Amino acid sequence: MGKVAKITRRTFLVGSVAIAGGAAFGFWKYKQPYKNPLLADLQDNEMALTPYVIISKHGIKVIAARAEMGQGTYTTLAAMVAEELMVDLADVEVIHGPASKAYYNAAVMEEAVPFAQVNTSALARNVREFTKVPAKFLGMQITGGSSSTADGFDKMRIAGATARDTLIEAAAIKWGVPNNQLRAQDGHIVAVNSSERESQGLSISYTDLSDFLADVELKHEPKLTPQSQWRILGKSQFRVDMLGKVTGTAEFGVDVELPNMLHATVRMNPSLGGSIRSFDAAQAEQERGVKSIFQLDNGIAVVATNTWYAFNAIKKVKVDWSDNQIPKTNQKLVELVQASFSDEHQDSRFRDEGDCEGVCNDSSETVSAEYQVPYLAHAAMEPLNATALLKEGQLTIWAGNQWPTLARSKAAEISGLDEKNIQIHTLMMGGGFGRRLEPVYIEQAIKIAQRFEGQPVKLTWTREEDTMHDHYRPMAIARFQAVMGEKSPIAIDLKTASPSVSASQMGERAGIPAMGPDLAIAQSAWDQPYAVPNYRVTGYRTPASVPVSSWRSVGASQNGFFHESMLDELAVSRNVDPLQMRLDMISHMPSRKVLEAVGELSNWGSQLPEGHGRGIAYCLSFGVPVAEVIEVANTNNGIKILNAYAAVDVGTAMDPRNIEAQVFGGLNFGLAAAMMGEITFERGIAQQSNFHNYNSIRMNQSPDFKIRILENGDKVKGIGEPATPPAAPALANAIFNATGKRIRELPMNKHVNFV
Amino acid sequence: MKLVINNNEHEVDVAPDMPLLWVLRDELNIKGPKFGCGIAMCGACTVHLNGHPIRSCSFPVSAVNGNITTIEGLGSESSLHAVQKAWLEHQVAQCGYCQSGQIMSAAALLEKNPSPSDQDIDTAMSGNLCRCGTYPRIKAAIKSAATSIHESELEITQHDSVEEV
Ligand code: FES
Ligand code: FES
Repeated sequence: MGKVAKITRRTFLVGSVAIAGGAAFGFWKYKQPYKNPLLADLQDNEMALTPYVIISKHGIKVIAARAEMGQGTYTTLAAMVAEELMVDLADVEVIHGPASKAYYNAAVMEEAVPFAQVNTSALARNVREFTKVPAKFLGMQITGGSSSTADGFDKMRIAGATARDTLIEAAAIKWGVPNNQLRAQDGHIVAVNSSERESQGLSISYTDLSDFLADVELKHEPKLTPQSQWRILGKSQFRVDMLGKVTGTAEFGVDVELPNMLHATVRMNPSLGGSIRSFDAAQAEQERGVKSIFQLDNGIAVVATNTWYAFNAIKKVKVDWSDNQIPKTNQKLVELVQASFSDEHQDSRFRDEGDCEGVCNDSSETVSAEYQVPYLAHAAMEPLNATALLKEGQLTIWAGNQWPTLARSKAAEISGLDEKNIQIHTLMMGGGFGRRLEPVYIEQAIKIAQRFEGQPVKLTWTREEDTMHDHYRPMAIARFQAVMGEKSPIAIDLKTASPSVSASQMGERAGIPAMGPDLAIAQSAWDQPYAVPNYRVTGYRTPASVPVSSWRSVGASQNGFFHESMLDELAVSRNVDPLQMRLDMISHMPSRKVLEAVGELSNWGSQLPEGHGRGIAYCLSFGVPVAEVIEVANTNNGIKILNAYAAVDVGTAMDPRNIEAQVFGGLNFGLAAAMMGEITFERGIAQQSNFHNYNSIRMNQSPDFKIRILENGDKVKGIGEPATPPAAPALANAIFNATGKRIRELPMNKHVNFV
Repeated sequence: MKLVINNNEHEVDVAPDMPLLWVLRDELNIKGPKFGCGIAMCGACTVHLNGHPIRSCSFPVSAVNGNITTIEGLGSESSLHAVQKAWLEHQVAQCGYCQSGQIMSAAALLEKNPSPSDQDIDTAMSGNLCRCGTYPRIKAAIKSAATSIHESELEITQHDSVEEV
C-alpha cells in the first residue's frame, strides 16, 4: 500500500501544527499521526491528499470533521480550504466524514488550562501548546467550546494548500514544466504567464489531475495565502447548508430513512438515576403498530412501525419506578449549593491579589449580595434521536452528535464489536448547545437495534423525555463582598459555587477522569481582565446530584451574570457610570475596544425616554471579549426588551454575516434563559417537560439588534458561545436602571413580567 | 384514507387519531415538516391545510378535510417561493430545524396580509419557536418577501395593462 505510506508521510504538514513545542509530553511518542480514516472508504481512483480534502473525478470534497449544528461551521471550514485551493466555495462539497481520532480537537483543550485568557506570558503559552498533545492523545473529536474555527484555521488552510501544491506538482510532472511556471486558478492548474500556453492546452482541471496525484511526492511545505490576498475568508459567504434548510431537504438525524426501518421511543425513570422495579405492557402491546416492548436500562422501550405508534403505546405502559438518590426537593438542591461555600469544598482560587478580607472587613461601606441561577435544559429544537443497524457483524449509526469518537467507543463497548466494524454517520443537528456531546441516546439506539438484527431502528425521544432527561446546566450560587472606590472597585471577593460539569460529563459519563480543579466552576469569574487592587475569586464544588453538562458557554453562563451584576451594583453604589468604570478597570486593548464600540452603538449616556433603562455587561469567554447593552421599557404590563447592542472581538473574522448570526443567536439564547429558563426538581423529577412550561424567547420578545465585529485580538476565535454570558447581566442591569429593582435570582420572570 | 398533499393523492392506512405529522414523516417520507414538541407549542411541524397554517403534530389525520401543502410543495430548489428566496437572501437559517415551519407560517401570513406590520409579524410568528434565535432575520426576510411579492404583482399588473392596450 504505497498510498498509505505516502499519505502518512504527508500528514506532517497538518500534524506539525498540533505538535509544536510538545517535547515535555513525549512529543516523539505521540508524533505518529493517526491513521487516515478516509482510505477505508475511498473508491477506486480516489486519492486522499490529506485527511481534510478529497479530490477525485467526481469533484472536491471537504471533510469538515466538526458537526454542523447551526453555527455555520461547514461553511467556514470549507471556506478555509477553498481559499487555499483556489476554488469557489460553491465548487466544494462538504461532508462531515467518519468518526476518527485523527480529527481530535486541540483548541477545545487549549481553553482548559488555568491561565487567564489574556495571559500571554511564556508559561501560559507553553502550557496552551502542550495541551495540544494530550488532546491528540485522547483523540477527542469534539464540536464544542467555540473551538472549531480556531482549531480549523491552520489545519484546513494547510490541507487546502497542500492539495493545491500537490496538484501543481502533478501538472508539472505531467507536462514536464517546472512547477514555478504553473499556478492554481479556479479549479485548474494553468501556466503562469502566457495565455499562449493556455491556448496550447496547458490548463487542466483538478478533477482531471486526480489520477496522477497518487504518484506525487510533495517536497516543500506549502505557503499559506496572506490575509491581504484572501478572496473568500473575511467575507460573508452564502452558507453551504442554506438551500437545503429553506427547502426542507436538509437531512437531520431525525430524517434518516432506510428500507424496512422500525421506529422506537423510550421512557426512562423520570426520577433521574432511579431504576425500574417492574412494568406491565399488556394494554400497550394491544395498541396498533406495536412490535415490541421491553425494559431498557432504567426504563422501557417501545418499537413500532411508526414513531407515533411508539409514542402512543409507551404512555400506556404501567411502570413501577424505584426512587433515586437525588435530594427530595428543589429547596434541598439549593441548600446543597449553599452549603458548599466552605474550605472543604473549595475547588479553585486562581485569582488572589491583595488583601480582600482585610479591606472588606475594615471598610464601613462593604457591599455584599448573593446571586442564584437554576438548572437549565438545552432544549435544542430537534429532540434527541439516533438510528442504528446491526447487520452481519457491522454496526452502523446515523445521528447528529458533537462527539463521534466517544459515541464510537461506547458503541464498541455495548456491541462488543471492534471499532473498525462500527461506522458513525454524523448528520446535521437541529441544535446542539452542548447536549449532543453526550451519546446516551445513541447507546440506547444500539441496544434496541441489537434486538432487531438486520433491521434498522430509529429511536426518537419525545420532547418530554428530552427535557426531563437532559444533563443540565448546573444550578449555581455566588456570594460577593466588595468595596467601591472613587471610580472603580478597590476590593472584590467573589465566591462561586456549583456542581462540577467536568466531573459529571467527563468523569462519570465519558470515562475521562478529570483531575484538579474544574475550570468551568469559576470560568469567566476569575479570568476577567479587570484591574482591582484586592481581587479574589474562589470556586466551590457542590457535591454531585443531578447530572450536569456543558450548556452553551458553560460556566461563563452563570459567572458572567454574577460578575457583571456585581460590577453594576458597585458602580451604582457610588453613582459611577458603569461603562466608564469598566474602561477605568481594563487595560486589555481588545476588551476596551468592544466596550467603547458598544457604547457608541447604543448611544450610551444619551437621554432615554421616561421609564426606559439601559444596562451594560462585558464578558471574556473562550478568548472572545464581548460587550453588550440592553435597552428596556418599563410598561404597564411589564418589561419590554427593545434593543440589544453587542460588540465582539474574534481576532480575525472569517465570515462576518455568520458571526453576526451567532452573536444575536447567542444573545437571544442568553436572554431566553435569563427571562424564563428554569428546571426544578421534586423527588429528582424535572418539573418542566415541554415548551409550555420550559418556554423560550419568541419573535414578539426578541429585541432589535445592532452588532459590531472587531478584529483587534491576535488569534482567530470562535463565536458560538461568547455572546451568551453578557445577555443576562445586561438585561438585569437594564431592568435596575429602568425600575430600581435589582434582580439577583434567575429566571427573572419570578420577579418581573415580560411583555 | 385518501390525502391530497402537494397536489398528489396518497392512500394511507393508519390509526385515525394519528397526527398528520407522523403520516407525512413516517408513512409518506415527507420529511420537511419537523417534530419539535408534539403539543402545538413550537410550530416546527407547520403545514398548510387549504392555505391555512396548522400544527400537524396535533392535527389528527382523520380531521384533514382538504389539500395539504408542506414545505416541499411550497417551492423547490429550482423554483423557490418568494419567502424561500427571501430566506436565502437574508441567510436566515442556523441549525435550520425550525425553518420549514417558520417559512410555512410566513408564507401563510403573506398570503393573507401582503404588507404586514411588525405587530402583524409578531402575532403570526410567535407560535414558531427558534432556539437558535434567528428572529431578526426572519422578520427582515418576511419584509423583503412582502416587497418582492408586491413588485411582482406590480409587474403582472403592468404587463396586463400593456396587453390591454
Ligand atoms: S411539533 Fe407541532 S408545534 Fe411543535
Ligand atoms: S434555526 Fe435552529 S431552531 Fe431555528
